Amino acid sequence: MTNPMTITEKILAAHADRDWVSPGDLIKVQVDLALANDITAPLAIQVFYEIGKEGVFDPEKIVLVADHFVPNKDIPSARQVKLMREFALKQGLRHFLELRDGGIEHVILPEKGMVVPGDLVIGADSHTCTYGALGAFSTGVGSTDLGVIMATGKSWLKVPPTIKLVFEGELMHWVGGKDLILFTIGELGVEGATYKTLEFSGEVIKTLPMDQRLTMANMAVEAGAKNGIIEPDEITEAYIAPRTERKPTILKSDEDASYEKVLHFNVDGLEPQVACPHSPDNVRPISKVDQIPLDQVVIGSCTNGRFTDLEEAAGILKGRSAAKGIQLIVMPGSTLIYKEAIRQGILETLTEAGAIIGPPCCGPCLGGHMGVLAEGERALSTTNRNFIGRMGDPKSEVYLSNPAIAAASAVLGRIGSPEEL
Amino acid sequence: MQYKGRVWIFGDHVDTDAIIPARFLNVTDKKVFSENCFVDLRPDFHGAVDPGDIIVGGRNFGCGSSREHAPLAIKEAGISVVVAKSFARIFYRNAFNIGLPLLESEEAADVFSEKDRVLVDLGSGEIKDEEDTKRVVAKPIPDFMMEIVQSGGLVTYIKEKGDF
Ligand code: SF4
Repeated sequence: MTNPMTITEKILAAHADRDWVSPGDLIKVQVDLALANDITAPLAIQVFYEIGKEGVFDPEKIVLVADHFVPNKDIPSARQVKLMREFALKQGLRHFLELRDGGIEHVILPEKGMVVPGDLVIGADSHTCTYGALGAFSTGVGSTDLGVIMATGKSWLKVPPTIKLVFEGELMHWVGGKDLILFTIGELGVEGATYKTLEFSGEVIKTLPMDQRLTMANMAVEAGAKNGIIEPDEITEAYIAPRTERKPTILKSDEDASYEKVLHFNVDGLEPQVACPHSPDNVRPISKVDQIPLDQVVIGSCTNGRFTDLEEAAGILKGRSAAKGIQLIVMPGSTLIYKEAIRQGILETLTEAGAIIGPPCCGPCLGGHMGVLAEGERALSTTNRNFIGRMGDPKSEVYLSNPAIAAASAVLGRIGSPEEL
Repeated sequence: MQYKGRVWIFGDHVDTDAIIPARFLNVTDKKVFSENCFVDLRPDFHGAVDPGDIIVGGRNFGCGSSREHAPLAIKEAGISVVVAKSFARIFYRNAFNIGLPLLESEEAADVFSEKDRVLVDLGSGEIKDEEDTKRVVAKPIPDFMMEIVQSGGLVTYIKEKGDF
């Protein structure tokens, strides 16, 4: 007889070579996949060399993605990417992904089938929690942790307590994963789940398409969570089947697993949600947001730069035009999505509506380049953070929403809903 | 391990974009991080910090991105220890990993004021001013984190032990 466990506890136990674990246990885990980007990899590589190991623990299991400041925005950024490229070559890393066949890390790892249910993934990027949508344990760390993982294949973790969120009812039109997660963050607060797991469940999640599940798990960290997770089901299996030969380990939470809290949300009547400046938990239903005039609308990022996000935005923008004075920037999340969106005429629809299509990278999401805001400017964005100065000047403002609201707002020139068009 | 310095007070939810904005992350030069530490939030910070000074913050200190550049910037600026009501998870590991100790205390932010001169004892968690008129005791640092701090960070810890 083993003790009942949640899906997160089961994955952690399996990677710590233990029969069971419980919240608070400090464990050493074997990592299935380690990830770093052009901001965090260079420091991690330094750490790796400081440790003094010749080679990485497994060149198949390390992924380096250049996505934050690419195409290289300046000479220092170019140097960072070059350093990664040289390291990848020297260490024979199987996965070093640049724009040509890459995109944003958290979009391309699932897309390329690099993560399967039951995996333990650690990345030097806070939104590594995205892969919980596939029934994997995944969490973000910093560069030192990652350098140590590259050298040893191992890391330490404290087993988190789990908050179970049960979503019931029926979603209204224009309401999806982004609204569910914004609503949840609004309820929990930005530190409501610090050090904890968010397990998303209930009938609403069972029918939610994978793209939207990825959006939800992506933003678990905005409530402070260590990881977000969804039990794998037929939707998960159908998603991974064409992408990888690897066998998934399908785990589910035991009926009698213990949770720190179980929260039930009825989504009947839930409107599209908007996070207002300057915090992702400053969330209101669209009807309670004033008609805020905008300067820029951004559709993209590891939260909402997936194919169905662009498709939804194009559906609204077809035959319409972004209001005068609005910079509408669309960034497909990966090169594959970019190509597919060309093939299906989506990019044409978007550009006809006045959108500027950016390369598949992080772009304006972190205020690095391409779409930086000036003092007093205001953006509505499908990204995940709206801290002070996140997209540019500390006196600029960022609102967060789903892609449908973003597309409609671009047309209206102010925050609004597709219902108003 | 004891530290002595002046207090810098910060509020709740100090995020990593406020500690070091993304526009300075295209390098690995620690000097660039320290020179721009809190550049938008507290432009008076860089240049006025003395080695050993202490940050006392509110809830959820270090929330946001996983950038280790944030604790590095704070450490390189000369700060010896950060005390806060609570810390965001990734910031917490990153800080210890690079050898910047953190103490969790609910009261410190309410008891101490900007520029107070304080003594911090990491082992006991005691924080008091020089006259011993104000004193709080923070939560003890978990043993494993203490071992990492005593090694000077995770890299030296791994080098010493060869593994975890
Ligand atoms: S898209 Fe934004 S949140 Fe996602 S990895 Fe890039 S910078 Fe981070």
